Amino acid sequence: MLYETSPAAVAIFAAFVLGVIGLSFYLGRKAQSAQGYYAAHGEIHWFVNGIAFAGDYLSAASFLGICGMIAFHGYDGFLYSIGFLAGWIVALFVIAEPIKALGRFTFADALDARFNSRGIKLAVAISTLVVSIFYLIPQMVGAGDLIVPLLGLPHAAGVILVGVAVTMIVVTAGMVSTTWVQFIKGSLLVFFCGILTALILDRGLVVNAGRCADAVPVPQVRTVTPDGRVLVDGAAQTNKHDLRPVGTIAALPARYAGKTSTGPLRPLEYLAALEDSTIVTWSAKKHVDEAGTHTTYSPVERRGADLLKPGGYFKGLTSGRLADRLDFASLMLALFCGTASLPHILIRYYTVKDAAAARKSTVVGIAAIGAFYVLTLYLGLGAMTSGALDPTSTNMAAPLLAKSFSTALFAVISAIAFTTVLGTVSGLIMAGSGAVAHDLVENVLRIPMTDHEKVRCGKIAAVGLGIVAMALGILFRSFNVSFLVGWAFNIAASANLPALVMLLFWPRTTKQGIIAAVTVGMLSSLAWILLSADTFEKVYGWSRDASVVPFSQPGLVTIPLGFLVLVVVSLLTPPRGARP
Amino acid sequence: MAAPAGDDERATTARGGAADATRRIGLALFWVYVACYLAFMVLVLLFPESLSLRPFGGVNLAIAAGMGLIGGALVLAIVYMAACRAVEGGQSRG
Repeated sequence: MLYETSPAAVAIFAAFVLGVIGLSFYLGRKAQSAQGYYAAHGEIHWFVNGIAFAGDYLSAASFLGICGMIAFHGYDGFLYSIGFLAGWIVALFVIAEPIKALGRFTFADALDARFNSRGIKLAVAISTLVVSIFYLIPQMVGAGDLIVPLLGLPHAAGVILVGVAVTMIVVTAGMVSTTWVQFIKGSLLVFFCGILTALILDRGLVVNAGRCADAVPVPQVRTVTPDGRVLVDGAAQTNKHDLRPVGTIAALPARYAGKTSTGPLRPLEYLAALEDSTIVTWSAKKHVDEAGTHTTYSPVERRGADLLKPGGYFKGLTSGRLADRLDFASLMLALFCGTASLPHILIRYYTVKDAAAARKSTVVGIAAIGAFYVLTLYLGLGAMTSGALDPTSTNMAAPLLAKSFSTALFAVISAIAFTTVLGTVSGLIMAGSGAVAHDLVENVLRIPMTDHEKVRCGKIAAVGLGIVAMALGILFRSFNVSFLVGWAFNIAASANLPALVMLLFWPRTTKQGIIAAVTVGMLSSLAWILLSADTFEKVYGWSRDASVVPFSQPGLVTIPLGFLVLVVVSLLTPPRGARP
Repeated sequence: MAAPAGDDERATTARGGAADATRRIGLALFWVYVACYLAFMVLVLLFPESLSLRPFGGVNLAIAAGMGLIGGALVLAIVYMAACRAVEGGQSRG
């Protein structure tokens, strides 16, 4: 779809982004030492850190990806919300306080606290970089998707804009500015999603929202010709002739007979009314011939009750195939185990003063993140029935929902979504920067550096990572962002969680066991993903049937494998302190 | 006047005891949540049609369970914080 830009929307957007970057420069004056750059001097208040957790964690995947998945596929997007939030239980009850006691700046510091091993530092630094890069891809894709409707610029421009902005934030003040950017973003995100939810409930359910109540949806065809022209229903795509927005209610529940709108509804009433409604969803079918690639978007009426139960996106849940169920179980295990294994989340524990502050900030984070995930259900369902969806982009559901209320709200939500990306990407680049400068250069290569040189090295690494992030965001532009983040969770959980948990709870853990677990977990999960049916189809463009692994999400195999490798190798190697 | 060395040793032992107690509480609450999460996954994987039942005022079990897991995480977190405060408060008074 083509989008018209609004000067007001651009102005609001620019004000937000420049404000955030300006704050970063102001705070940057305070953080010139390595302790300041990597860990904000350990002086962040637990409440600020808790909201910063939300700002760090709630990425484009959560905001754009989950809302989009719910809007197009129903309940299954909410399963991501549940899995993402559940992972914080592992962080709070198992990881938070011990890890605060173990490290200094990075995740590698924590795993190496008792061993002083270059091998551990190397393995964990590489794992941190791999996880950070996989997590960066969907954020950059999301940024590009936002810029298209807001500024009318190409996808690549959005990717470059966020890459440059984030690099500036991280290079100016490191963890201090990153923390405050994430605090502001976390607060704004939860607050404005609350506003949007209130508007959704106030609007209620409306038949054929955005058009005449008796309008009949008809199929639409988008064609990309071999010479790159885009046609809609056979004619050239222009601002006046384009795909029609989709996502409407065909019929309200029987208790609203004769009406075209329910009026304002309470939260549970909204869900109950939706369940009893008939909703027009849209299927997409592609075929290729000599005239080009034709995608036909066809309306499909479905009962709300069928959309509000599992199986809309994860078709395997109702297919009866064991491989499909294992794939789903594997994904949910990775989401549960992955949160507490993400390096950019773990480093946030070093910004507070002690274990009690680490605990309290995690509880605050759970409250903010939990509230947000409850709101995503309403945002997704509201978008599903708003009459404003772009059938070509699942990632734009939330901003377009806001646009169905007003252009100003669209601008605010887009700006917040953009700062959402800024907040998470800055955290990821901080984690990656620490892995390169502190773990690899200082501790593995043992290049002596003054405190000032350590900070400079971190900043150079941040610039390099920013460039890599931009390139990947352009390469992967057509992927749903929640799907991509699932990969990152799988790799993090497989590579990092076994080593972290066993180090904390099994005294017999050896440095060789940790190195082996991190290496095997990372390589096995990466290899599985690269050989999976989803990658074959969506990345290589090959047939799914050619894949050599039985299901696409590796966690069910590679997480236990990591634990097993750690135990076996630890038992075969001398305990810590024993003579070889 | 500096505190006697024995006081430092007792304080360190008490802190260690409190840390062990809070760790045990945390692990117990962790397993409670794991049981709930596993139960939900069993329903989704093996009995998905049961999630269409609507025992809670018009909202189906799928949504109620999902909201319950999200809300339950916060409840357990608050319980944990209160328990830790009680343990650490008892340690400092003792």
